[in-house]
Amino acid sequence: MELTPQAVKPVIDVQNLTKDYYIGEIVVRALRGIDMQIFPGEMVAIMGPSGSGKSTLMNMIGCLDSPTSGDYYLDSLRVSDLHDDELAIVRNQKIGFVFQKYNLLPRIDAIENVALPLRYSEDTSNMRQRAEAALESVGLGDRMRHKPNELSGGQQQRVAIARALVNQPAILLADEPTGNLDSQSGKEVMELLIKLNQQQNTTIVLVTHDPTVALHAQRTIQLFDGLIKAPEAIA
Amino acid sequence: MKFWQALKEAIASIAGNKTRSFLTVLGIVIGVGAVIGVLSIGQGAEASIMGQIESIGTNVIYVFRGNRTEDVTNPKYLTTADADALANRARAPHILNIASVLSGQSSVRFGDESAQTSIMGVTGNYAEVIDLKLSEGSFFTESHITNRSSVVVLGPELAERLTGRQTELVGTTVHINNYPFRVVGVAAAKGGNQFSSPDMDAYIPITAMQLRVKRQNVPNAVDFLLIQAQDSNSIDEAMHEGRTLLRASHRLTSRQPDDFTMTNQEDMLSIANSITNILTIFLAGIAAISLLVGGIGIMNIMLVSVTERTREIGLRKALGARKFDIQLQFLTESAMLSVFGGLIGIGLGWLLGEIVGAVAANSGTPLVPEISLNSVLLATLFSLAVGIFFGWYPALRAANLEPVEALRYE
Repeated sequence: MELTPQAVKPVIDVQNLTKDYYIGEIVVRALRGIDMQIFPGEMVAIMGPSGSGKSTLMNMIGCLDSPTSGDYYLDSLRVSDLHDDELAIVRNQKIGFVFQKYNLLPRIDAIENVALPLRYSEDTSNMRQRAEAALESVGLGDRMRHKPNELSGGQQQRVAIARALVNQPAILLADEPTGNLDSQSGKEVMELLIKLNQQQNTTIVLVTHDPTVALHAQRTIQLFDGLIKAPEAIA
Repeated sequence: MKFWQALKEAIASIAGNKTRSFLTVLGIVIGVGAVIGVLSIGQGAEASIMGQIESIGTNVIYVFRGNRTEDVTNPKYLTTADADALANRARAPHILNIASVLSGQSSVRFGDESAQTSIMGVTGNYAEVIDLKLSEGSFFTESHITNRSSVVVLGPELAERLTGRQTELVGTTVHINNYPFRVVGVAAAKGGNQFSSPDMDAYIPITAMQLRVKRQNVPNAVDFLLIQAQDSNSIDEAMHEGRTLLRASHRLTSRQPDDFTMTNQEDMLSIANSITNILTIFLAGIAAISLLVGGIGIMNIMLVSVTERTREIGLRKALGARKFDIQLQFLTESAMLSVFGGLIGIGLGWLLGEIVGAVAANSGTPLVPEISLNSVLLATLFSLAVGIFFGWYPALRAANLEPVEALRYE
């Protein structure tokens, strides 16, 4: 942390975050007090075995779920106690999601999939142009009218990345982005993410269990039993 | 999300699954079709009945024996004496004409052809009172009445049936109840309905009726009287005057109720109107039940659709859709489905009306089905309401899905 100047505020600031689930009478303590800061322009991997709480943490960072206790500041906005609809606006404006299974809508073509977040935005002007620009930035300017089933897995994931970027979010949250891809496509998607991080200074949070993916990140956060394990920073 | 976007998505979603969408709205199609069809037939029937009643003339009052609202013991028969009593210019200035009618069924024969039909024994001014036009010859006169002449005016359809023609019949002879009658005229067509067909009637002097066709136990009894008022504005006055004179003629004390019933055409119109209305509402109500069933069908499929699209809902929420956006999306879809069904149903109802109209026309009953703009608007709005009502619960379920759960759904 001493590497980062004090003047720069973290884009993600998680303080003593806990999350309990109830399965019947049994309390599952998925997160047991997470402290974590991620700064603008960083590319961070969150790793951990299954059951370690990394999915829960990702849902918290992605504002898909509310913590049981603790504070979460996203882009200086306290989001840990927002209502559902306020969280929806935060997700729309501040977070770009990339899922393992792409999650593109099969009925509509690439450009409409990319434009989907814009439909839920306040600013619905120039939707087409903004979606086109996002698709071009992931190198799919020539595939705009293709439906998801007319695209390869790698291309679909790039459409999903374009969709995540279209609203110019504060962070890109990628959950096992290469998990469904063959190694060549996976490599291309990782290269795209690295390029976005380096050239456009996009803050990227990767959730993965694949060490080779994590290697591309500047640092890795290891989760174990709902807690961050030992030294946060790796060279 | 803007409403027009929701509309676009709904149409795309419906169009993306045409067979299922069509099957989903089939209930609405049938329901709306049945309602529209019944309403159009009902309105057509009403117009047809109204036309018939109006063709009698707007200023005619019918007088029948007996009282339909109060209990009267031994009501006096209406007689030609009553008709004479009503013809009192001084005390009944609003009454123009009185016709007496004694009717019955009898056979009418011309050569080898014969028919069983209504014989109307009437007074000479009957044609004037009900505005009966003749296509040839002339109606019988007072002297025919006085002389109990065996003369007859044939309805055009009866003439056609018996002789195969409607002209050149004056002077020929037909047999009514096996008595020969000389044809003096043929009536012009008046049209008929399901209740009566005046074109099949034969008109003879009431005196000849008493003598040859319908022997009466009560001398000079008639079936009903027709009072013609001066004009359609003086109906009420004419009724009042007629009632006073008839009560006097029947020697009723002021405490006794009327032993006769007077109705005018307006009353008959409103009775016929309310009968057809009740029938129409009753049938449309039954038809509307299928709309309810159709709505449940839509709810069913929308619930399936919500389950099928759980991941999509989760994704949309992750991308920033609020509860309202999701609810709007599904509500728009169910409303659009239902309205589409309603529009197809209006077409089906129109077709149904046309078919019934054609069948009715073929069987000799003129019935022109009418689809009013009101019923079209009502059907559209109703199917919209059905779509929103039955889409509400599925839409709410979709909106309340937890994004995390929904995204994880396989």
